[in-house]
Order: sequence, then structure tokens, then C-alpha cells
Amino acid sequence: MKKFSSLLHNLILTPSRNTKIKLLQDYFKILDINRSYALAILSDQLSFQFIKASKLRELVYEKVDQHLFDYSYDYVGDLAETISLIWPTKKESKSQNLSTLIENIKIIRKSEINAKFSKILSELNNNERWTLIKICTGGLRIGVSERLVKTALADLYNKSINEIEEIWHGLEFPYENLFQWLKNETSKPKIDFKKLFHPMMLANPIDDEKDFKRLDANEFQAEYKWDGIRVQLMVSSKSVSLYSRTGDNISSAFPEIIETTKGDAVIDGELLVGRNFKPSSFNDLQQRLNRKKASKDLQKKFPVFIRAYDILFYKGKDLRKLFLYKRRKYLEKFQKENQTNQIDLSSIIKFKTWKELTKYKNNLHDDLNEGVMIKLKNSEYLPGRKRGYWYKWKKNPKLVDAILMYAQRGHGKRSSYYSDYTFGIWKENELVPIGKAYSGYTDKELLVLDKFIRNNTTNKFGPVREIKKEIVLEVAFDDVFPSNRHKSGVAMRFPRIHRIRWDKLIKDVISINDFKKEFKL
Amino acid sequence: MDFINHQLFIKDINVHIDPILPKKTAIITHGHADHARFGHDHVIATRQTIDIMKIRYGDKCAKKFTPLRYGQKYSIKNYDFTLYPAGHILGSAQVLIEKNNHRLVITGDYKVGKDETCKNFKLVKCDTLITEATFGLPIFQHPDPKDEIQKLIRSVKINKNNCHIVGAYALGKAQRVMNLLRQQKYNETIYIHGSLEKLCQYYSKEKINIGKFEKVSSKDKNFYEGKIIIAPPSALKDRWSRRFPNPIICMASGWMTVKQRAKQQGIELPLVISDHSDWNELIDTIKKSKAKNILITHGQEDALVYYCKKQNLVSKPLSIQGRSDEEIE
Repeated sequence: MKKFSSLLHNLILTPSRNTKIKLLQDYFKILDINRSYALAILSDQLSFQFIKASKLRELVYEKVDQHLFDYSYDYVGDLAETISLIWPTKKESKSQNLSTLIENIKIIRKSEINAKFSKILSELNNNERWTLIKICTGGLRIGVSERLVKTALADLYNKSINEIEEIWHGLEFPYENLFQWLKNETSKPKIDFKKLFHPMMLANPIDDEKDFKRLDANEFQAEYKWDGIRVQLMVSSKSVSLYSRTGDNISSAFPEIIETTKGDAVIDGELLVGRNFKPSSFNDLQQRLNRKKASKDLQKKFPVFIRAYDILFYKGKDLRKLFLYKRRKYLEKFQKENQTNQIDLSSIIKFKTWKELTKYKNNLHDDLNEGVMIKLKNSEYLPGRKRGYWYKWKKNPKLVDAILMYAQRGHGKRSSYYSDYTFGIWKENELVPIGKAYSGYTDKELLVLDKFIRNNTTNKFGPVREIKKEIVLEVAFDDVFPSNRHKSGVAMRFPRIHRIRWDKLIKDVISINDFKKEFKL
Repeated sequence: MDFINHQLFIKDINVHIDPILPKKTAIITHGHADHARFGHDHVIATRQTIDIMKIRYGDKCAKKFTPLRYGQKYSIKNYDFTLYPAGHILGSAQVLIEKNNHRLVITGDYKVGKDETCKNFKLVKCDTLITEATFGLPIFQHPDPKDEIQKLIRSVKINKNNCHIVGAYALGKAQRVMNLLRQQKYNETIYIHGSLEKLCQYYSKEKINIGKFEKVSSKDKNFYEGKIIIAPPSALKDRWSRRFPNPIICMASGWMTVKQRAKQQGIELPLVISDHSDWNELIDTIKKSKAKNILITHGQEDALVYYCKKQNLVSKPLSIQGRSDEEIE
């Protein structure tokens, strides 16, 4: 555990990709079972369902005064680190194997979590404690992607990264077949590809000024960019399953899709809520998300369907090496065999010049369209975000000028900076908050705002600082809905700071009534 | 306690403690720039603090200097002032003010732990305690500085082709790091940024063991492979540090306790070496001082005020102008 936790400690602190790879390789040279656990953790395939942030808080409150913990957490901005630092440490920490420790935690019964997990935390040193909490809560955020881990392994054993990518999703703990193959002791692990989730092909944002000069419009086709959630649907004679973009199996939440789809294929599409293939708002879709099951009632009220973009496999045939326009033929075939209310095709926008497409995009009024996708007709289905094949072109965001009202310290890499901003607009002579944003600004703007906030705090409410009303922020947002949960009566979707309007005075900011009129609320 | 205000000003006799702006009479706790400033009429401090002020601001940085020994009483009207060691840096002092049987102690910046580069902290019992709170959160529990310095020595041994640049405040921390290296039998020449030279020479002259050091010069790039270089934190981000071969950026500071802080600042090897008291030392000092009235300044006051109130002590934060959190060391 000591070794693995210093690996994570060093990984988080080194900015250099090459050093990270070297650190990983040095670690993976060990030949015992611990490396399997390490691989599972680094690729985010190991977590403990029963130890959540709320449980950890409960445990730490048993050890430390709640207020003192809250002050500390506010300062540090990272739960795992706060707990690991504040936890009362024994003088002598007991050194444990990573594998033993994980196995010991796995067998803890629900009724004994508090006592047993507390005891384990007490026996570790600071850094080990931090590591364990990171493992438990999932999402290490140490600047190491799955891809980097694969690269490190590939380089260490002289394999190509593509070979590892191919079998990756079919590997299972403890990865013995992987390690043996890497060391050339056995042949490449055999994986049943049809059963697997296939990493999705993603798009890069287009730079319409530069890219349109460079790219030939005739080589591309466009589709709408729908505002739902991207899914992969796997259909075989035996079973149908639905996966999210990250490879999580979400079948049980969408039974209407699972029950009605037939055939033998792997489909890439967008999950949307709506009747007769007419999508309704993202707000409606949210009613169906983050649920393990969907009641009959919910299915009736918010029916879902898949708008299919692409096809990866058809009747056992791997189509990924075919070009997009050829894959489309197979997709149309599949759709013909599935004349249900649950699957339709994403339509293709025809255009001859970029100018024509620009006009098209500027006239998108349906809120369910986030913009357009521009895809190379001759593109294979390539996993990840490869450059030069698929582009996304988002609609211009909606904008409003608002006044900075409150600020709070950020988390993660922005902890210690006042980086979370609440902003508001006028309601008669008062200000009413309309949203909160913690992104969008440049590093330079963050420093300026942080300094202004420290020097112009008029009031403190716990971690929240009230700020002298002076700064006007241009806020960009994707959408705005009526809401009865907020005092202002509006809720914004994905608000972010577009820029600081030094040229504007707070009296220039509009009122909530005008705001509602402008956005037809 | 009414005789001193939140700016540490005694109006009665026109005396300030660590004032930011030029004043008539200033008692200076130690030589760091957020405490010792240029341009007072009369400076009262330890001899070493006065020496340091002269090195940093010139011989004429005040019109008159009164050096005090630790424990020596100095009276102005019915106020008696005594300086006691604060253990923070060379020459650092706490100020005991006695008036009509009321004892008030201003700790200045202080640390309780052992340090060969200055006289160690002495606990002074009092009625009112004005304490610093730079690390006034229970997450701050400073490790043994010897273990931290060993991390540096080990990294130097392993990474022979890199040079290690250690960020450390020019006054106090830099020399403490050098002294800790010597205690751990690191006997190589230590290379220093030009801005540290005069202060290092002064420490040597005061018989503090910081060993052999040399100013960084425009030598062959590879000369610095395997060497330790000490520089003020501001130089780490500067072009200055880019001349060295494969530098590993280190930082010696109590703030390095928090990984996310280290990461934000681009520190690869954080060394938790602090010249301030950690949480346990702060609350221990409050307890042992027997003071019933605790005023808290310089740093994370909220948690410490909360703690004191829970112990039934009268406590409130003192906000001293011109100092914001996290910029001090």
C-alpha cells in the first residue's frame, strides 16, 4: 500500500507525461498480485459501493469536531485529502499489502462498516489514507488517463497500444491473461467482441474560421447534434443491452428499448425523451436519468427512444473499418427491421458549401438541437477523439450580463481560489441571483476575480463571501427554464463566465422581468 | 487589554507593534517584510532583527534603533515591554506588555518545535494572548522536519541527472533548510539564488551552521546536475529557474501539507517544513499561557476562534490591515 500510495502521490505532482509513464512502468515491473489491483484502480474498475462521501463524513464526525472539519474542508476543497489530513494518526502505522487491504474491505459487512473501516483508516499513514479514500469514492483525478496507463504498459513490453485498446474492455480482473501476453508467455487474450462495449467515436470542436478554409465541404455530411445522452445499443438474439458513453450498463433503466429491439447489431445513437420521435426538453429526459428502474407510469409520462447515428456491427460483421456512408446503408437496413416506436434514424443535412451549412446552423431554433455534427463521409469508426474525422459545431450560446454577488472557493485544481460565482440581475431595486458558474473564465480572469473578491468582501456566510456589487459578468448558458425552486423563478442550463464586462456598470444590467421576456419564459 | 487596538497600536504612548506604515515608535517582532518595514522614527527590536532590517533596507531604514536582549525590560511611561524568543527565525521575538498588573503577549509569528537557526520558543504566561494563526486548522500537523529533509536527500541520490531547486523564503526558511541538510550529514556545497547571499552570510557570521554555500553563476549548464539550489519561491516560476538541467521543483513550506496546493504551484517535491506552529502547537500554547482572553490574527482565524470559545475562553479575530491570508510565511 505504501508503494502504491507513493505512486499516486508522485503521479499527481508530476506535470510531465514522460515522468508519469516512467513512474507507472517502475510500478508495473513488480510481479505480484498487487499490480492487478493497481491496474483495476488506475483504470477505474474497482470501487466500493457502500463507502460513499456521506459515509466518510459520518465516520470523520465520530473522530473530529464537525465545525473544525467543515472549516478544514472548506479550506482544502477535497474530501479525501481533508479526511486523510485531519484523521487522528497513530504514531506507528501498520504497513499492509494493497491486495490484502482491498480484500479485507470487500468482506466488511454493512453492519460493521463504521467500526471496521474506521479502524483501517487509523492504521494507515496520511498518504495511504488519502489513497484508500480516493479508491473508495472512485475517480482518482490524478492526471492519469486510462490511455496513459495503456501507453505505459505498451511501451514497457514493446506492444502496440492499439492491440491493448482492442482487448481492453474484454479484460477482467486480475488480468492474468493480459500480463502473460504482454510478457510473451501466451498469445493475445481471446475476447468475444460482440458482447463488449466498444469505445465510442467522438468529435472535436470545429474552428469555423480556420477549418472551413482548409476542409472541402464535398467530403463531409452533417447531422443534427441532439441534446440527449449518447448511448450504445447492443442487440443479439440472446440479449439486448444499453450502455452509456462511459461504458456503464444502463439497460434496466430503459426497459421499453430493451424489450422491443430485435436483430443482431451494435448501434451508436442518442437517447431522447419524446413521443412519435419528437424530442422534448432535456428537463424531461432528466426525469429518466440516474434511476436504476423506470416505473410503468414514468415510461408512459416520459417515453424514450433512440435516434441512431451509426452502426458498428451487423449480423456478426465488424463494420468499423467501412466508411461512414457505407455503414449508413447497414444502419438503414437495421432500422427497417426495427419499425418500433423506439428507434429512428438521425437525418442527414445536405449542403454543398460551408456557407450553406453556416446558414443552416444559424437558423437552428429548436432548443433540442445543440448544433450540428460534421462528419467525413470517408471516416472509419475510430474509438476516441481522433482529429480530422468528426467535428461538432455548437450553436452560439445565449448571453446575459449579470452582477457578481457571492463567491466561494473552488474544488479540485481550483481549490483555494474563489472560483465559484453566484450572479444576479435586478428585481426592482434589489438583486436576485439567477445562477452559479464555476468555469468559462481564463486563468488570468480567475486571478483578477480572486483578488477582487479577497479585497472586496462585505460579508461572510460560512464559506460564502458576499462581494461588493461592482463587477458585471457576461454569462453564457445553453438554455433557461422556469423554475419554482429558485427565488428568481428561472434555472439556467450550463451557465459559465464568458468574460468580465469591465465596460459595463451595474446599473446597465437588465431586470428579471426583461430577462424573462427576452427568453420567452 | 483596552490599551491596545486591533491595529496593535497603543495610543496612550504612541507605540505600534509591527506597523505597515512609517510610525514614530515601532516594536518589531522579526525581520520578515510583512512585519518589519522601512521608515520608522524609532525601532525597538532584538539586535539580530535590527541587523536584518539594516541588511534588507539599509543602515538608515530608521532614525533610531534600540536593541533589546531577550528578557530585558524596556519601559515607556507605565508600560513595560519585554521580548522573549519566538522560535520563528533568527532574532524573532514575542512581545510581553505589562501595565497595571495586566500581562499581554503578542506572539508574533512563532513555532514551538526545535530549530538550530534561532533561539527556541519560550512560553510566557499572560492574561491576554494575541496569537498568530497561519496554520490554524486541524489539518495542519507538521511532520518531523528531519524526515522531510530526508526526502530531498533521497531524491538527490536517485535522480543524479537532475538538479533540485528548493523554493524557500530568503530570510529564515532558506537557512533552516540548509541547516537541516547539514544536520542530516549532507556536506556538499549548497547553491543559492543571489537574493539569499547577504542573509546567508549574516547567518554564518552569527555562527548558525549552514555549511558551505555559493551563489549560482553562469556556469556550464551541466555543472548543476545532482546539486541542490535554494531560491526564493518567486524565482521558481521565473525564467531564472529554466537555465538548470532537468530541474525538480521543490518547496519547503507548511502549505505543502495540502497536495492540491503543491500541485497548483507546480511543485513536484513538496517538503512540509514550517516556521510556524501547527494546529496542536497553537492550541497547546493557548492552553499553557493560561490567558483568558485570546485574540487571533494572521491566517485561519475562524477555526481557532471556534475552538477557544468551546474552551470557554473569550476569543475573537483581529483583522490587521494590509495582510491577507496565504501570503505570509
